[in-house]
Amino acid sequence: MPMTRNCPITDLQVLTADVVSITMEAGDLAEQTKAGQFVNIKCGEGLLLRRPISVCDVNGTQLTVVFQVKGEGTQWLSQCQVGEELDVLGPLGHGYEIPDGKVLVVGGGIGVPPMLYTAKCCREADACVGFRSEKNAILLEELGAVCGKVIVTSDDGTIGAHGFVDALVRKALAEDSYAAVFACGPKPMLKSVSLAAKEGNTPCFVSMEERMGCGLGACLVCACSVGGHYKHVCKDGPVFNAEEVDW
Amino acid sequence: MSKVDLSVNLAGMTMKNPVVVASGTFGFGREFGQFYDISELGGISVKGLTLNPREGNPPPRIAETPMGILNSVGLQNPGVEGFIEKELPELKKHDLRIIANISGNTPEEYGIMCERLSEAGVDMIEVNISCPNVKAGGLQYGVVPEMAAEVAREAKNHSSVPVMVKLSPNVTSVVDIAKAVVDAGADALSLINTVRGMRIDVNTRRPVLRMNTGGLSGPAVLPIAVRMVWEVAQAVDVPILGLGGISTGEDAAQIMLAGATAVAVGTACFVDPYAPIKVRDGLEEIAQRQGLSSVTQLTGAVQPW
Repeated sequence: MPMTRNCPITDLQVLTADVVSITMEAGDLAEQTKAGQFVNIKCGEGLLLRRPISVCDVNGTQLTVVFQVKGEGTQWLSQCQVGEELDVLGPLGHGYEIPDGKVLVVGGGIGVPPMLYTAKCCREADACVGFRSEKNAILLEELGAVCGKVIVTSDDGTIGAHGFVDALVRKALAEDSYAAVFACGPKPMLKSVSLAAKEGNTPCFVSMEERMGCGLGACLVCACSVGGHYKHVCKDGPVFNAEEVDW
Repeated sequence: MSKVDLSVNLAGMTMKNPVVVASGTFGFGREFGQFYDISELGGISVKGLTLNPREGNPPPRIAETPMGILNSVGLQNPGVEGFIEKELPELKKHDLRIIANISGNTPEEYGIMCERLSEAGVDMIEVNISCPNVKAGGLQYGVVPEMAAEVAREAKNHSSVPVMVKLSPNVTSVVDIAKAVVDAGADALSLINTVRGMRIDVNTRRPVLRMNTGGLSGPAVLPIAVRMVWEVAQAVDVPILGLGGISTGEDAAQIMLAGATAVAVGTACFVDPYAPIKVRDGLEEIAQRQGLSSVTQLTGAVQPW
C-alpha cells in the first residue's frame, strides 16, 4: 500500500559527475518496498510534480535512491543536505516477481541502481551491467557483495568488456542457466536484452520508463503500449513481461 | 467556535461538503482509496467516459510548466458500459456523489450515454463539451454557442438526473456559451476545463507532448478560473461547480466568492493525494474564522470594486 512520509536524509553521496545517492529514514515505507518498485519525491516548492525514482536499496527502514541529475527537480534533490526531510510517496508500482532459481539482473547506466535491491531480493543472482565509460560506472562493489558474479561492459571499453550488455547477456545465458532475466535501462538496451533472453529461452522482465504524473494510476499519462493496449508504467508496471511489450 | 455547515446543494444534488474531485485526476477513486475513505469527499467526477472504450493518445502525455502541467491523455477510458459494469458498483459502496463525465462525437452519442448512466444510477451527469485532447466532437461543441446548446438539450432530454455542462476557457466569450447551454436546459455549469498550451524542448526542437499541444492545469490557471466563474455567475442563474488550479482552502474560497456553489480539486491530487481533504479542511477553517454558519455564505459574496 502506498503512503506519504516525511523522510529525513541520513546520507548523501556524489557517485559520479551527475549521479547522486541519497539514503533516507523511511520507516514502514522502506519496510514495505519490494524489488523493482519506485518512490515519487517532491522536489521543492517551485516544481509541481513529484519525481519518480526507482529504489536502489533498502536496509531495514533506510531507503536509498540513486539518480542522475537531469533537470530542475533532480538538481534540487542533489543539493539537499543530510538531516533535511523529503516528502516521499511510495512504495509504488508493480515490481519484479522473484522466482525460485537464479536470476540474471541486467542494468544499463542509470538503470543499474534498481538492480542492486532486486539482486538482494533474489535467492541467487548474477549481474550484467553496462556503462558509457569507466567514469560513469557505479555500484560495482555493492553489486559484488550480493551477486555471484558481476560482469561489466562499457561502450568505449574503458572498463570491463568493450560493447553492449546484450552480448554479455547472450554469453551468460549460454554458459549458465537462469530462471529469469530482470533488466532496467534505456529502451533500446531493454529491447536488445529481451531479444537475447528470448534466444536463450529465458523469461525476461523489463522496467519501463515514461513521463509520469501522479505515480498512482489515476492520471493515465505514463502510457506504454503492452499487448496492443496502452498500459500505465506507474501502476501496471514499471516492470512488464518483455514478451508483451510492443517494442 | 460553532461548527460550520459544509453541506451544499448543487442543482438538487446535495453534498455533505462542497469538495468534488475533478474528472481525469482521480480515476474512479480506487487509487486514492488506498490513502483514505473517499466518502470524505462531497463527490467525484469520474474519468471522462465515451460511448466506446478509448485507448487515448500516444505518449508523452504530460509536460511540466511553471506551476502547472500540460496533458494530452485523450480520454483513455473503459467506455460507458465498462464503467457501469466494473467501476460504478465499487463507487456506490462509498458515501459520496457520483458525477459521470461524458464526451461524445455526436449529440446523439451524448443522449445514449445520458440514458444509460441515468438508468445505472449516477447522481449527476457532467457533459464535457470542452476536452482539448480529442479531435472529433469535444472542443468543437464547446466553442460554438449553438452547438454547445444542441448537446446540452440532447443530454437534458435523455437524462433523469441533473445535467451539468463543463465549459472550456478556450473561447472568445465564456458567458455566451454559458447562456446558450443554460437556455438549452443545463441544470448546472462546471468551469474551467484546461487551457490549451504547448511546451517545446529547445534541444530537440520537438514539442514535449506527442500530440504537440495539450491542456494546461494546476495553480497557473487559478486566476483564469476565478475570473471566468465570476463572469459566468453574474450572467446565469444556475449553480456553478468551480475548478481550475485549486490546491488550498483559500483557492477554493476564492472560487466560491466568485460565485461557485461547489469546487473541484484536480491537478493538486497528483502532487498530494490528500489535497481534496486539505482543501475541505482549509475551507472550513476560513468559514469558521469569518464567523459563517454555512459555507454557502461564501458563494458569490465577492465585493467587486
